[in-house]
Amino acid sequence: MPGSVGIVSDSLVQARGLRKRFGRFEAVRGIDIDVWAGEVFGFLGPNGAGKSSTMRMIACVSPRSDGELQVLGMDPDVDGPQIRGRLGVVPQQDNLDTELSVRDNLHVYGRYFGMSRAAVRARAAELLDFVQLTDRADDPLEQLSGGMKRRLTIARSLINDPELMLLDEPTTGLDPQARHLLWDRLFRLKQQGVTLIISTHYMDEAEQLCDRLVVMDGGLIVAEGSPRELIARYSTREVLELRFPPGDEHGWPETLSDLADRVEQLPDRLLLYAADGEATLAAAHRRGVQPTSTLVRRSSLEDVFLRLTGRSLVH
Amino acid sequence: MTALRELSREFDASRAALLVRVLPPGLYAGRARMLVLRSALASRSVWLAVVSGFFEPLFYLMAMGQGLGSLVGTVSGPAGQQLSYAAFIAPGLLAASAMNGAVYDATFSFFIKLKYAKLYDAMLATPLGPVDIALGEIGWALLRGGMYSAGFLGIMLAVGLIFSPWGLLALPAALFVAFAFASIGIATTSFMRSWQDFDLVQLAVVPMFLFSATFFPLSVYPSAVQWLVQAFPLYHAVSLMRSLTTGAVGWSALGHLAYFAVMATVGFLVASRRLTTLLLR
Ligand SMILES: Nc1ncnc2c1ncn2[C@@H]1O[C@H](COP(=O)(O)OP(=O)(O)OP(=O)(O)O)[C@@H](O)[C@H]1O
Ligand SMILES: [Mg+2]
Repeated sequence: MPGSVGIVSDSLVQARGLRKRFGRFEAVRGIDIDVWAGEVFGFLGPNGAGKSSTMRMIACVSPRSDGELQVLGMDPDVDGPQIRGRLGVVPQQDNLDTELSVRDNLHVYGRYFGMSRAAVRARAAELLDFVQLTDRADDPLEQLSGGMKRRLTIARSLINDPELMLLDEPTTGLDPQARHLLWDRLFRLKQQGVTLIISTHYMDEAEQLCDRLVVMDGGLIVAEGSPRELIARYSTREVLELRFPPGDEHGWPETLSDLADRVEQLPDRLLLYAADGEATLAAAHRRGVQPTSTLVRRSSLEDVFLRLTGRSLVH
Repeated sequence: MTALRELSREFDASRAALLVRVLPPGLYAGRARMLVLRSALASRSVWLAVVSGFFEPLFYLMAMGQGLGSLVGTVSGPAGQQLSYAAFIAPGLLAASAMNGAVYDATFSFFIKLKYAKLYDAMLATPLGPVDIALGEIGWALLRGGMYSAGFLGIMLAVGLIFSPWGLLALPAALFVAFAFASIGIATTSFMRSWQDFDLVQLAVVPMFLFSATFFPLSVYPSAVQWLVQAFPLYHAVSLMRSLTTGAVGWSALGHLAYFAVMATVGFLVASRRLTTLLLR
């Protein structure tokens, strides 16, 4: 393969010390990534962490500032067009062609990939079906709702039968039903052997979809592993959530800190991380805590995220 | 439509070889014609462009050729022959229509797509590179210029303002002129930051239209001004068209063609570089 330098055969993306600078600001500050064939790989991180910047470098539309990067065994700086021909990209912001109809958006896009007209036509019909937009095929683009545009963007990214898909917050703006539809579609793609790279702000999405993920913060990777590994490593088995009347929670973290491995204070509640949530609750009651409501639950990626970035996503 | 596609395909092929040497790798997929296809689909009313394009020069031809012409009488042509005023200005208007058609798409339309539509970001996620985009948009703009000219050329033929078989070459010549203006237009627009900058386009186009020997011979100017006029591209387009439609073709035609070849090449290279830095962030 031209331009490949001692690459492991089934690593589709390999980054070493990858950096991205915009002027003097460094958005990605030296990260290592390996994405294996057939897996779903996730990027998690707060706003501005550098997820999109990284994905754009992998998509070969943003030249790297430093470090090594190989995608499908090739160097994006040299073989950009060949690599992009085998990728499917869903950007964070829809950039559909507003001057074309729904169907023509797919047709023209397929032609950019060098597909024949017959091939494009067949594939477009298939994909419109796949994202349930067949009955809107001849509508001008402006007539679609936001969620429908998102689905069309996803259909468009599949036009060339990609081996590797890059989905930057694919389900943002979708209603719950459309999200589940998309998860199902992504899962089917994975079963067909397509490798998926996804960034998301939804922890349930990451937990459901990703085999492996990295948490990014401030342009760096702060943790890496499967959802389950990350939960085991960065959180306890259970979490006790205590809600207090507004203004009353102050002081409680100190009182309760020795009852749990870790105590996290959110604007509206207190989280106590412990192996046994019920036992912790009983102990807290003995110390005179009187929350308005309590909840014992299993740890989730949300807790890992909170621990690693100090920020909460869902309130 | 088929002819249009053929044309754009040749246009791609002939440039592919040259480009590989001039530009860095990875910026060109050799599929610029797909952008032309896209533009044709997006502006379904291609005929409207042709129609609207030739009405403007037609109005000039009627107002000035007929109206003013009745006062002017005849004017000396390129080879000293006496031409009616209409026959004198018609090739000038033809040249201007090639320019206007190309400049319209290369400036206004291109700016909207570049700044607001995010169209090119979507294209870059495919094998297309900035060079395809530059070529494709230049190609579409030149086709519009070509369509304007073709429409007006048809009128000239119909009312008997073409005096030589050389006049047939006015159409390819108009395409070449449009190519050069489209390239420079795209290159210039890629530097523009806001709509205010478009006043500069008007500032360049309007005086060129008025003073490039379109409506009166170059000889009316003092020699210093003659040099100035000859520095601007529209003058070369007007002279080229006038020599073709009147049949007074000489070696100077090659000089005009060389001017546009340089203009087109510089415009294209600058446009490609600018698009690369603007789009590949
Ligand atoms: N073209 C650009 N020019 C300058 N700075 C940029 C550019 N693109 C991104 N940045 C900066 O780089 C940083 C990382 O941005 P990026 O879009 O990669 O974050 P993200 O993790 O995708 O965030 P989000 O979750 O909000 O999408 C931000 O501080 C952003 O302002
Ligand atoms: Mg982002």
